[in-house]
Amino acid sequence: MKDFRDASFVAKATDGTLVRRPLSPHLGIYRWPITMLASILNRATGIALAIGSLLLVWWLAAAAAGPIAYATVQEFLISPLGLLLLLGWTAALFYHLYAGIRHLLWDIGIGFAKPSLGPVTWVVLAATALSTVLVWVTAYAKLGG
Amino acid sequence: MAAKITPPKITPPKISVMRSQLGRVRGAGAARSGVEHWQVERLTALALIPLTLWFLISVISMLGADQPVISQWIAHPLNAALLIALVVLTFHHAQLGMQVVYEDYIHGGRRTASIIATKGAAMLLALIGVLSVLKLYLAAH
Repeated sequence: MKDFRDASFVAKATDGTLVRRPLSPHLGIYRWPITMLASILNRATGIALAIGSLLLVWWLAAAAAGPIAYATVQEFLISPLGLLLLLGWTAALFYHLYAGIRHLLWDIGIGFAKPSLGPVTWVVLAATALSTVLVWVTAYAKLGG
Repeated sequence: MAAKITPPKITPPKISVMRSQLGRVRGAGAARSGVEHWQVERLTALALIPLTLWFLISVISMLGADQPVISQWIAHPLNAALLIALVVLTFHHAQLGMQVVYEDYIHGGRRTASIIATKGAAMLLALIGVLSVLKLYLAAH
């Protein structure tokens, strides 16, 4: 036994031999309900944002360091890689924001019923897409294309 | 008249700890700080909703601005205060969330190492962010 919790899996078969109790099937056997996708996405976007927060610190530190350092950040952010990271960051931020609000509402008992879980998740996904597009259209218009 | 026989009084065993004996011996179970972790994760999330939206809208309204404009904006007392709150709460929330991820997927010593490393990195990054804002604020006032 590697883990002491394995002790609770030990059982006796009818002939008296010791057997290991079976585990219920894991993720691979189920079809993906939308709520499962929503939960995994919330975690994934959370991890992405944790890494993306480096960008916020870099931006602040560069602004404090002076014009040359700030120009370097700006140059990176409008490079193809920078724009791709910013696009991912925007989408992740909106998803985590809306999914987070959904979680906070669940915590105070709103919408925590099976019939509303699926529709709310679709609302979160649609709001994420809309907000991301809105931000990028605004940015594009503001910088004059 | 037969003497009245009083049956012996049986007191049921007193169970004050509702945990498995094996678990108790092995020291498994809650660390008694789970509620605080959960609660602070929610509180920081709640605070980050307005802070993040404010930051996003501000940054979009200043798109393309160069360093003097940006530093002047950061140095404004209200912006500086909100930025420090944003940085501190973002890294606090991130660190709490990452800890839960590690606890789910990493086991043994590597789990502890990952949590400590993340907490340390989050603290340092938050400090860099806060000091940057403070430098611009103090230089302008």
